[in-house]
Formats: sequence, structure tokens, C-alpha cells
Amino acid sequence: MEIRPIFASLRKHRIPALLIVLEIALACAVLCNAVFMISQRVNDIRLPSAIDEQGLVTVTLRGTDDKLVGSEIPRNLAALRGIAGVQQVAITSSLPLSTNNWGWSFGVNADSVIANQKNINVSLYFIGESGDKALGLHMLQGRFFNADELADSKFDTAPLPETHAVVMTHAAAENFWPGQSALGKTIYSKPYYYTVVGVVEDVLRPNISTTNTRKSYDAVYFPMSAAGSKGALSYYILRGAPQDRDRIMREAEQKLAELNPGAVAKGQIYVDIREKYFANMSSMAWMLVLVCVVMLAVTAFGIVGLTSFWVGQRRRQIGIRRAVGATRRHIMQYFQTENLLLTTAGVVVGMGLAFGINVYLMQHYEMSRMPWYYLPGGALALWLLGQASVFGPAQKAASVPPVVATRSV
Amino acid sequence: MFGYYLDLAFRSLKRNKVLTALMVIAIAVGIGASMTTLTVMRLLSGDPIPARSAHLFYAQIDPDPTPGDRKEPYDVIDYQSAVDLWSAHRADRQTLIIESPVRMRAPDVNLPAMMPAMASITADFFSMFDVPFQYGNGWTAEDDTKRAQVAVISADLNQKLFGGANSVGRTLRLRDTDVRIIGVLKPWRPSPLFYMVAGAHYANGDTADLYSKTEDIFTPFFTGLELNDGNFSQYTCWHLPDHPGHLRNSPCVWVRLWVQLGDSSKVVAYKQFLDGYAAQQKVLGRIVRPQNTRLRSLMQWLDYEGVVPSDVRLQTWLAFAFLAICLFNTIGLLLAKFLRRGGEIGVRRALGATRGAVFAQCLVEAGMVGLIGGIVGWLLTLAGLWLVRQQSVPYADLAHLDASMFLLTFALAIAASLLAGVLPALRASRLPLGLQLKTL
Repeated sequence: MEIRPIFASLRKHRIPALLIVLEIALACAVLCNAVFMISQRVNDIRLPSAIDEQGLVTVTLRGTDDKLVGSEIPRNLAALRGIAGVQQVAITSSLPLSTNNWGWSFGVNADSVIANQKNINVSLYFIGESGDKALGLHMLQGRFFNADELADSKFDTAPLPETHAVVMTHAAAENFWPGQSALGKTIYSKPYYYTVVGVVEDVLRPNISTTNTRKSYDAVYFPMSAAGSKGALSYYILRGAPQDRDRIMREAEQKLAELNPGAVAKGQIYVDIREKYFANMSSMAWMLVLVCVVMLAVTAFGIVGLTSFWVGQRRRQIGIRRAVGATRRHIMQYFQTENLLLTTAGVVVGMGLAFGINVYLMQHYEMSRMPWYYLPGGALALWLLGQASVFGPAQKAASVPPVVATRSV
Repeated sequence: MFGYYLDLAFRSLKRNKVLTALMVIAIAVGIGASMTTLTVMRLLSGDPIPARSAHLFYAQIDPDPTPGDRKEPYDVIDYQSAVDLWSAHRADRQTLIIESPVRMRAPDVNLPAMMPAMASITADFFSMFDVPFQYGNGWTAEDDTKRAQVAVISADLNQKLFGGANSVGRTLRLRDTDVRIIGVLKPWRPSPLFYMVAGAHYANGDTADLYSKTEDIFTPFFTGLELNDGNFSQYTCWHLPDHPGHLRNSPCVWVRLWVQLGDSSKVVAYKQFLDGYAAQQKVLGRIVRPQNTRLRSLMQWLDYEGVVPSDVRLQTWLAFAFLAICLFNTIGLLLAKFLRRGGEIGVRRALGATRGAVFAQCLVEAGMVGLIGGIVGWLLTLAGLWLVRQQSVPYADLAHLDASMFLLTFALAIAASLLAGVLPALRASRLPLGLQLKTL
């Protein structure tokens, strides 16, 4: 295919050609960045968390009297155990993605105090008897807390528990001691220290980090007795079959409200907690999808409109070419090649623009670097879009009969 | 002449319906997207209290005795500094603010107990922030000092508990204390909830929660401190408090201090007072960085905290990039449309129409596309805002189109289409006359 005539003709239509190039460049830049943002959000929404999310039900009980919880919690747990279909019951201080975060930072040296810059910030979960089974935690190494640890742990005046046992996620263990087994090692926040008795598969924190997924799993579990919990234990967790969870949730909420008339009971199934946490993210992702689709449609219509105009304008030239021997195929190819050239110019500018926008977003918003393959991906999408939208007008051009050339020359 | 151009434009638009529809859709979609995000952006970045914001200031000092170099003080202050500064009464009005969740029940209403948020504040709060009352009033400075057991409740809570009736004089049980309702607010929805903003600059733009509703219960500062003791949470501490949740005289920062200062000389004087207080506390050994005092105006404070969620800012950028694409598209299509009518324009020129007249006629046609695009764009904006309201963001209920944004929709649509029309109209008016006539 000879492309010189195409250049010659484009030179005569400099402004419309430039407009198409600019439109494609902007579309390419926005598309790459928007798709990248969508993929980041989808990744976040899908972050795995090694608990039994499908079967988990929770009822929070707030406004209880700290002095009475020692007898109330065992009584409440016993009552919840009586609900039909409930396999496990326990109490904890918070749940992954509940946004109820209790953070602390620990170091690995005996002289670490809370203000140490090198300390690692983790989320603290306090948990009672059989909490591992109720949550469905997967032990990777070591064990869960034994009966003595659970019974003896309590809060004194500090926000850290009076115990020396801790269970942490695999990610937290890797952050504290990269490449080593965490079992038997100790974390410190002077004067408190805790020895790792078990490592569990990664469980998300109550709030996740949007910039660094690795940090989203830095969580540790402490044992906690009902009597010494000082109101920290407020999430009753029940585990049952997924199909029973709604009924279990209603019955558990009702039962806790009856037993504790002075307090406020609120039941939720765990999948709702997760969905609520990511609701903003998923609506933003859907909005980006909508923008991409409409933007590509507008770009396609623009190409269709302008090419149709060019076809209309060049009817006579097309007729002449057909009269002197060009086949329909040649005419089609002319417009397709022309579009390919314009789109190529557009995506070259667009890829540069996409990269620039990404760099700007990295500086001003919490955005990470776009992997390189988004650029050729966006280019390919616009090439296909260009070819698809030029097909109709090109076919119309190819159907111009040679006889047009003979009219009113 | 304008009427004639309108008629011509109308005929021309009718002639090629597909091209017209494409242009209208392009403008409408661009306008719909950008107006939706612009409306949300304006809601979230606007002045929450335009009549007062210039005179409201947020006071900070740095009470952390840990030696070291820190440029900015903590976002909130400690109990002792807050109460010292407040009780000096150096500003026209001043209020302390703390917030805590409190167990609440209305003894004569058959509803289960709830855990609403309670703001504990001082008497000036209501007059400083122009808080509108439906029934009753706030309390007096005297009530503050004698720890009166009174409360003001939000319109929402009044609706929930008392069906919206005048509940002044009725009783609420807050934890284990009975308080008397002395005031009920009208619906009050400052956006953002400016007086509670703190710590947002650490949030990485994840700030949607700053736009949530006001607290449901307002109690006098010292009354609230007493009745909900043990349930307060700190912003941060430099060492562990002796009793978690009990923060009076703790090594923690957790109190907000807002002051109202009538003119710039008072602002200068108050800043001097803050500096003087910090210097005096340094002498007493309680403060190590007396230079770290701040007195930011309300809007400066919101700006410093970066309250507009980064998602919303991103969406606005995206929408305007989108509008730009739609404009390029419209320019291309208008160019195609005008140049195709080369013959017609040639005839008009030959019959005596000036270049200016042709230019004006083309612009009228472009403006007409803009007007129709604006109408469709307005409908799309309404649909877009409806979508925003369906989201589970705290500011969802705020997303409505007001009169000025309604007008802006059309202004933007027509301006955009005229801008898109300038180049094609210029080209059309400069077509070589003879050539066009020859090809007819």
C-alpha cells in the first residue's frame, strides 16, 4: 500500500486530522490510567483474608458495664451456643475490615519503646476462648492460646494486656523477622514483651493500607479473659453454615438484647462488613468503568463522523480511482491505512501523556507506578477501536460506483 | 438578523440528524460528567459556614514534652492547655470540643438503647457556629461551670425518639446520668463537619468520613466529661495514660479549641496570647517547643488538613479530561458539517454576506448545539447526582443540584460549544469564494 498519497491528503486536512490525533491521544492517556486505577481497586476488593468469611456472624454489644462483664460474657456466650446451627462461639475485640482498629508498634529488641521509629505498627486483636475455631483461623506454625493464657490475660492500667503470649499473622512475622521462623521469638514495647506461640495464615487488619498491601496483614492476636477485658471485648462471633447465617444473626442479636437490657446489641453477617468496607472503592471502580466505556464510545463516534465526512467529500476522487482500475479493496485499504496512521500518531502522543499523568498522580495522590504493559495495551485498544469505527465509512467509500467520476467534471 | 440565523441553524441541524445527534450527545455526556463531579467537588470543598468562617480560628499549641524537632504541633491539644486557654476568655467567643460515644435511652420512649455520638462543648458553641434551633435554646456559661445536667439534641435524634415533637423538658438517660433536654436543633448539616476535622492530613485523601452528620447529642463540656468518664479516646499520647479512657490531666492530646475573633487586631492579639501562654508553660517546664503555636482560620485549617477526598479530586480531573475529548470530537464534527456546506456558504457570500456574517451564523449553529446539549447534559447531571446519592459515602445525601450549578450547566454547555465552534466557523468564513461556486 502506497502511503504517500494519504500523507498528501492529510496535509490538506491538517486541522481535522490533528483533532482526531488529539482526541485519540487523550482517550489513550485517560484509558490507561483509568484501567490501572480500576485494577488496583479490584485487587484491594479481592484481598484474601484467612477466616471463614462466608459462615461468620457477629453481634457487637456496646455500653456494657466493665465491672460486670466477667460474669456477663460467659453467660452470653453460653446462650449464643444454644442457637440452632451455631458451631462455634467466641468473643473478640474487633474483626478484619471492621474499621475498629487498635494499633500499637513493637520492636524486636528488648529496649524498644513505643516511640521507636524502627518499630512495626500492627493491629491488635484480643480474643477469648476458642476464638481460633470461631473465626476459622488457619494455624501455620505453633498453637493457639492454651486455657491458662486465656484465663490469666487481663488489662491493668495500660492499653496492652498483662500476658506474655502472642499469635501473629505470617505477614507480620515476616516483617519482624524476615526469612526466619517467628516461633519462640519475642516482640517488645517496654516494659511489655510477648513471645510468639503461633503463626496464622494472613488475616486482614481492621483498616487496610491503600498504598502498601503488604502492611494490610500486620495483625497480632492476644489472649484475653472476660473478667479482665475492661470492655475491650465487644464482638461476639458465631460460626455456622453459610445458609443459616442470616437467621443466626437475627436470633443472636435478639438473644443478646434480651440478656443485656442496658446495652446496645447490633448484629451483622461478616460478608456485609466486608462489602461495606469496600463499598466506596467498588462504586469508584464502577464509575471509572462507565467513564471508559462512554469515552471510547464518544471517540468512536467522532472517528465515524469525521471519516464519513471525508468519504462524502472525496466521492469524486474515489470515483476516479475506481474508474482507473482501483478495486473496492484498494479504497477500503486507503481509509483503513489512513485511520491506522492517525491512530498511531494519537497513541504515540497518548502513551507519553499517560505516563505523564501517572507520574503526576504518583506525586499528588496515593498512586503507584503503572506497569509498562498498560501503555501498549491502551495503544492496542485504540488501534482496534479505530479500525472498528472506520470500517463502516470505509465500506461506504468502497461502494462508490466508478460512474461518479464521469459526472460534472 | 439573529432570528434568521437561528432559523438557518435549525434547518441545518435538521438536515443531518445523525451528525447533529452525535454532536449533542458528545456535548451532553461531557457536560453531564463534568457537572456531576463539579457539583460534588463544590459541596465538599466549599465554605461550610460562609457567614462566619472568616472570624473562626482553630488554636493549637504543642504540649508534647518529648524533646526533639517537630515542625507542626499535634492537630488537637491536651486537657490542661485547652481549659487554661478557654477559661482566659481572651477571644470574643470560644468553645472546647470533645466527642465520645455514649449509651443512651429515653426512659419514657419504648426503644432499645443506642450508642450515638455525643459532643461535649461549651456554651458559645451554638452562637459561634450559628447553630439553628427548632425548639428551646442552648445553655449559658453558668451552666458550663456548674455542670448542669442538660442536653441539646439533633433534629434526627428528635425525629427518632419523639417523632419530631417538641421534646424540650423531657429526659434522656446518658450512660447512668439523667439529663434534661433544653434544645432541639433544626436540621444542621455543615459540610464538612468542620469543627471536628483533625488528623485528616494523615488519611492519604481518604477523608469521606469528615462529611458525616453532626453528633446527635450535645452536652456541656464538664458535664459530658463526668457522665461518660472512661469512654474518651485520645488523638495520641506521649506516654501511657494511667486509666484508659480517662484523659483529664493525662499525657495525651484530645481536645479541640475554636475561637471567634472579630477583626484582624484581635487575631494578632490572640496569637500573642497563645505564644505568651506557651512561653509561660515553658518556664514551668511543661512545654518544650513554645514556638509551635498555630492560629489558623477555618478555611486555612480545612486547607491544611486537605479535607477534600482524593477520589473526588481525581474524578473531577477525569471528568474534565473527558469533557476535553468530547470537545475535540465536537470541533471535528462541526468542521465536517460547515465545510460540507461550502457551496451554500459560497452562494451566501456571493450574494453579499460578509465573512463576519458567515462566522456569526456558524457560531449561532454551534451555540444551538450547545443549548440542546446543555438540556440533555442537565438531565445527565441529575442522573449522575442520583447515582452519587445511591453510593454509601457519608456525603451522599448532600449531592443535589442548586440553582447556581443549574445555570452553570447551561453556561458551560454553551461556552464549550461556542469554543468548539470558533475554529470551524473561522474556516467556513474563509473558504475561497470562487472555488466553492465553481464546484456547485
